[in-house]
Amino acid sequence: MIIKQLSVFLENKSGRLHEVFDVLGASNINVSACSVADTSEFGILRMIVSEPEKARDILKEKRFSVNISEVISFVTPNTPGALARTLKVLSDTNISIEYLYGFSVGEKSFIALRSDNVEKAIMELQRHEMELISANDLYKF
Amino acid sequence: MNKSIWNPHFETMSREQMREVQSERLRDVVERVYYNVPSYRAKMQAAGIGPEHIQSIDDLSKLPFTTKQDLRDNYPYGLFAVPMSEIIRIHASSGTTGKPTVVGYSRRDIGVWSEVMARTLTGAGAGKEDFIQIAYGYGLFTGGLGLHYGGEKIGASVIPISGGNTKRQLQLMQDFGSTVLACTPSYAAYLAEAIEESGIDRKELKLRIGVFGAEPWTENMRREIEKKLQIRAIDIYGLSEIIGPGVSFECPHQCGLHINEDHFIPEIIDPETLEVLPEGELGELVFTTVTKEGLPIIRYRTRDLTRLNFGTCACGRTLVRMNKCTGRSDDMLIIRGVNLFPSQIESVLLGMDETTPHYLLVVDRVNNLDSLELHVEVEDRFYQDTISDLQKLRMKIQNHVESATGLSVSVKLVEPKTIERSEGKAKRVIDKRPAVWS
Ligand SMILES: [Zn+2]
Repeated sequence: MIIKQLSVFLENKSGRLHEVFDVLGASNINVSACSVADTSEFGILRMIVSEPEKARDILKEKRFSVNISEVISFVTPNTPGALARTLKVLSDTNISIEYLYGFSVGEKSFIALRSDNVEKAIMELQRHEMELISANDLYKF
Repeated sequence: MNKSIWNPHFETMSREQMREVQSERLRDVVERVYYNVPSYRAKMQAAGIGPEHIQSIDDLSKLPFTTKQDLRDNYPYGLFAVPMSEIIRIHASSGTTGKPTVVGYSRRDIGVWSEVMARTLTGAGAGKEDFIQIAYGYGLFTGGLGLHYGGEKIGASVIPISGGNTKRQLQLMQDFGSTVLACTPSYAAYLAEAIEESGIDRKELKLRIGVFGAEPWTENMRREIEKKLQIRAIDIYGLSEIIGPGVSFECPHQCGLHINEDHFIPEIIDPETLEVLPEGELGELVFTTVTKEGLPIIRYRTRDLTRLNFGTCACGRTLVRMNKCTGRSDDMLIIRGVNLFPSQIESVLLGMDETTPHYLLVVDRVNNLDSLELHVEVEDRFYQDTISDLQKLRMKIQNHVESATGLSVSVKLVEPKTIERSEGKAKRVIDKRPAVWS
C-alpha cells in the first residue's frame, strides 16, 4: 500500500531532467509516474520507479542528491467530483496532504499522494473502500 | 636532547639570547642590502638612514617597508643581493594580476630552507621512520620542493608525487604506506572525500599526520579533516617572498605557529597607520629575513592578519608563536562597506550540520549595490522531499551567515559535487564587480 517514491534535487539547468531519465533508462528502470515541483532556482523531481533502491544507488553514483520517501497511490473514477470525495475522507479525519500528482486515462484516474500520516491515510481510504494500488502493481511492469 | 625538537639550541633559547642573535643578523643583512641592492639603498637614503643607524632589533622599525609591488617593480632579479652566479634556484609565484613574484636562493639559502623545514616536520611529529607523501605542486611553486628538502633532511622517506591525480594519490597512499600527507588543506578535504567514496578501508592506510598550508583555513575545517582522515592536522605557514613553507609551524599542541625567528623576524603593524603594535594585538604580519643571501627582504608586508604570543609553549620551544592565519587582508572582501573574509563563511557552514565545507561566494554589483550570493551544495541528508525543506535550509543558512557577518546573502542551493573541487588552492570567491582602479 505504501509506495516508495524517489525525490531528486535538481537545479534549474537545461538537460538535467533528461539526464535522470537517461540514466534510469540505461539501467532498465521503468518510471511509472513522475512530477516536478519547482521554484525559480531549483526543483524536486518525484518519481515512482520499478526498483526504487537500485534507482537511488544509480542516481547517487551519478552525483544526484536523492531521497526515498513514502506516498500512497490510489485510483478514483474519472468523473467530476470523484477526487473531491476521496480528499474529503482525508480532510474529515484531519490528515493533511503535502502534495499530490495524478493523471486520468479512460475511466480511471491514478493519484500519488504524500501525507503527513501515510498509515492513517491508507486506513481511512480502505475504510471507505477506495481502490488502492499496491507497490507490486507499480514496481513490476 | 628532546627528540621532537630539531634544533633545540635555536628553538628553545632565551629571549635575551634570541634578541642578540637577531640583532647581530639584522645588522648584517641591513649592510648587505644597503651595499648590494640599489633599490634598498635608495629607500633608506630617502628615509635618512644608513646601516650605522641599525644597531639592534629595537631599530627595526626605522627601516622602510617592502611590498609585493616592490618585487614587481624590480622584476625579475632587481632585489637580489648576490651575483646571479651565486643563485642556484629560482622560484616564482604566479600572481593573479600582473607579473609573477620571482625569488632566488643561494646554496646557503637552500640550506636554511631545509633547516626550517626540518624543524617544521619534526615539530609536526614526523621523523626518519616516516613516509611523507608530498602532494603539494612541484615546480615554480615553493610548496613541493620546500617540503621535499625538509623531508630528506630529517631522513624520512620522501614520496614526491606532486599535486593532482587523486586516484594515484590514494593508490600510493595505500601501497607505499604513507604516514604523513603534505598538501593544501582544501586538497586534504578533497582527498578525505575521495577516500570515503572509494570505499578504501581506513585501517588499510597508515596515515597519521597531515602537514597543511599555503592557504588560510579555519579551526572547523581542521576538525573536519582530522575527523575524516583520522590524523593530526598540522598547520604550516610560509610565503615564497620570505622563503616558502617553513616560516612558521605548529607543534603537536596546536596552539599557534612557532616562527623560525632566528631567520625571519616578525612584527605586527597596524595596516592603516603602519605603526608597530604591542604583543598580542591583531594586525598585519611583517617579516625581515636576516639570514637569506639571494633575496633578503626587509620588513615585508605579508597582508596576513594575525597576532603574536611570546609565552613559552608547552612543547618547550621559546620561538614566538603567531595565531593561525584565517584571513588575508588581500582576501578580504568589502561588501556594502562591511569587511568579509571567506573564512567567516566557511566557519558558519562547518558549524551547521546541514552543510558541507564546499561553497562558492559570488560577488556582483547590481544597480550600484553589492550583491552577495552563496552557493551551497545540497546533499540528500539535508532534506526529505519537499520544497519547504529546502526553503527552510536556505533560510537557515542565510540567517546564520547574516548573524555571523552582518551581511545579507542570497543562498543558492546547487547539486552535489558541482562546486569545483580544488587540487591546489581552493577558489572560494568570484568577484564580478568592476574594478574601481585600473
Ligand atoms: Zn609549541
